[in-house]
Amino acid sequence: MTSIESQVLQPYKYGFVTDIDSDTVPAGLNEDVIRLISAKKGEPAFLLEWRLKAYRHWLTMKEPRWANVTYADIDYQAIRYYSSPKQQKKWDSLDQVDPKLLETFEKLGIPLGEQKRLTGVAVDAVFDSVSVGTTFKETLAKEGIIFCSFSDAVREHPDLIEKYLGTVVPSSDNFFAALNAAVFSDGSFAYIPKGVRCPMELSTYFRINASSTGQFERTLIVAEEGSYVSYLEGCSAPMRDENQLHAAVVELVALDHAEIKYSTVQNWYPGDAEGKGGIYNFVTKRGICAGRASKISWTQVETGSAITWKYPGCILQGDDSIGEFYSVAVTAGRQQADTGTKMIHIGKNTKSTIVSKGISAGRGQNTYRGQVKILKGATGARNYSQCDSMLIGDQCGAHTFPYIDVRNSTATMEHEASTSKIGEDQIFYCKQRGLSAEDAVSMIVNGFCKEVFRELPMEFAVEAQNLLGISLEGSVG
Amino acid sequence: MLEIKGLRASVQGTEILHGVDLTIRAGEVHAIMGPNGSGKSTLAQVLAGHPAYTVTGGTVTYEGKDLLGLAPEERAREGVFLAFQYPVEIKGITNAYFLRSALNAIRKHRGLEELDPIDFIGVLEEKAKAVELGDEMMNRPVNDGFSGGEKKRNEILQMAVLEPRLAILDETDSGLDIDALKTVANAVNRLRRPDNATLIVTHYQRLLNYITPDFVHVLADGRIVKSGGKELAHELEARGYDWLRPEAAAV
Repeated sequence: MTSIESQVLQPYKYGFVTDIDSDTVPAGLNEDVIRLISAKKGEPAFLLEWRLKAYRHWLTMKEPRWANVTYADIDYQAIRYYSSPKQQKKWDSLDQVDPKLLETFEKLGIPLGEQKRLTGVAVDAVFDSVSVGTTFKETLAKEGIIFCSFSDAVREHPDLIEKYLGTVVPSSDNFFAALNAAVFSDGSFAYIPKGVRCPMELSTYFRINASSTGQFERTLIVAEEGSYVSYLEGCSAPMRDENQLHAAVVELVALDHAEIKYSTVQNWYPGDAEGKGGIYNFVTKRGICAGRASKISWTQVETGSAITWKYPGCILQGDDSIGEFYSVAVTAGRQQADTGTKMIHIGKNTKSTIVSKGISAGRGQNTYRGQVKILKGATGARNYSQCDSMLIGDQCGAHTFPYIDVRNSTATMEHEASTSKIGEDQIFYCKQRGLSAEDAVSMIVNGFCKEVFRELPMEFAVEAQNLLGISLEGSVG
Repeated sequence: MLEIKGLRASVQGTEILHGVDLTIRAGEVHAIMGPNGSGKSTLAQVLAGHPAYTVTGGTVTYEGKDLLGLAPEERAREGVFLAFQYPVEIKGITNAYFLRSALNAIRKHRGLEELDPIDFIGVLEEKAKAVELGDEMMNRPVNDGFSGGEKKRNEILQMAVLEPRLAILDETDSGLDIDALKTVANAVNRLRRPDNATLIVTHYQRLLNYITPDFVHVLADGRIVKSGGKELAHELEARGYDWLRPEAAAV
């Protein structure tokens, strides 16, 4: 009775499997598989060449192991690199999509059909390796905004893809980025033309369904001079005993005075209470503030995945550009997370803000790892970092690794860190006022995460709070 | 309302309460006094159901129910309120949100409609006014950055809003200056009703200058060694506690 550490299996609401025929390539990775993926997507020659180059480079690389996470070796030849639901070749409207697929997304709270779709949010729905459809495409097109699946972008706007692909995260950047470059299947592409303020939230929902597959999506967002866009990604996967690899790459490009707000609510299957199954979420996300006074803001709420390993970062190249990183990472059960950010200050008077909230419960291990680099030319650069950890119970862990590299004496750096523990007394205080243990934890944790939640678009802030409640359900006895 | 019989309780294997008997009827104010380490706070915590304390014997009947069989939140919803000696901080959550959640949990339990934020503000303002406490603390995070006095006043304001049947005040007077003490006492007096009861746990008699108890009990070494009317408090103030210790009494 006195223990608040007893961790029971959290209910994962999105663990169902959609029974649908899939067109899946055999497990294994070689040049033929890459050629097959490229051919299935009808890609231009430059892209196949880019993939093959990445693959050849990947073969020379070693899987990194420096993160503060432990997992069994990944057998890259046991993974299927492409799986798409069988469907008619082309449809004119989303209402013609296989009802099973529409049903799947509806169950996940993402209705896609014309009648039911969410207002004010354009959604690109990605199921395993392909995009099922994108809503509000036409409405956005009127403003000159391109929002479509990556595959469509390759077909319809090859010039833009060729111009920006790999410019922020080169295919040789790291082991998982190289793997992604070789086999990436789908993802979203957004292009906001000069001076346009995107009138609605853009959003991609990623769903892994097929077993033994990996999901390797790629997202590219380009914001032209003076434009603004807010983009959100969500994700979930069935409950399976096996670990599935999700190695995505996200590239953001903000030109002069442009602003990109990128929010993530990550809820991949975390595995069971004993650590069996769950998604390995090994992701490379980076944005470049290429233009003067541009701004990129990352907000992430990471509640799912067996292992999360990612550092959404900003290259602050343009003078007066701003980079922000707001993060909540929750590890319950046997989950592990090694996440943080990289802020690279190149331009003058560049500014970055880092607010990281790590919550560990059960046997969760939560690591913040962040790098702030201020280069020689970054006169007047400023960084503020705040890393707070919260522990629930005494079998979990919180770790903080800040890396600071300052090469300009005019730079200003501030770093604050704290660790707190949800204690029996805090829970008891809430209970004594009539609140249940679950409500108490949810309240304490939400209060702890407030600075991050207020950065999320309104519609998703509520979802994030609920998600947090569910993730920690049962983490107090 | 409350009947405690032979209550024994221990913390980390050490018995603190060695058999406490106490009866409180609706409309009454009882004061439990005693030296440090006598078990006063333990009694308050045990009644509220703090998990660090283990009940090893005896019974507690509250409104006809087995109080010890109820979870802490169930006791709270049934109308048991503890004003904490050391109120806990909750960062990032405003007092208003916290208190509304608490009130709604209690209202839901009683089959009443939950209050939306606007209705709640109305209730809050009314209660704050009634106990002359002011509601300026309501938009600050729960007890975060509060002075000792603010924390205690906040406890009493919560009590005013939650309208308990049985309120237990655990050393609410400690750390208060004389003005704050009067404010708090005044608020408690205003909340007295024929259908509720108050149990005041205190080391000093000074709070009882402002809140007149119907009964005063002395707890020493885990037992109630003497009970009396309000004049007992004055006697304790004059003579101290030593003459009441069981071993002293035996000599």
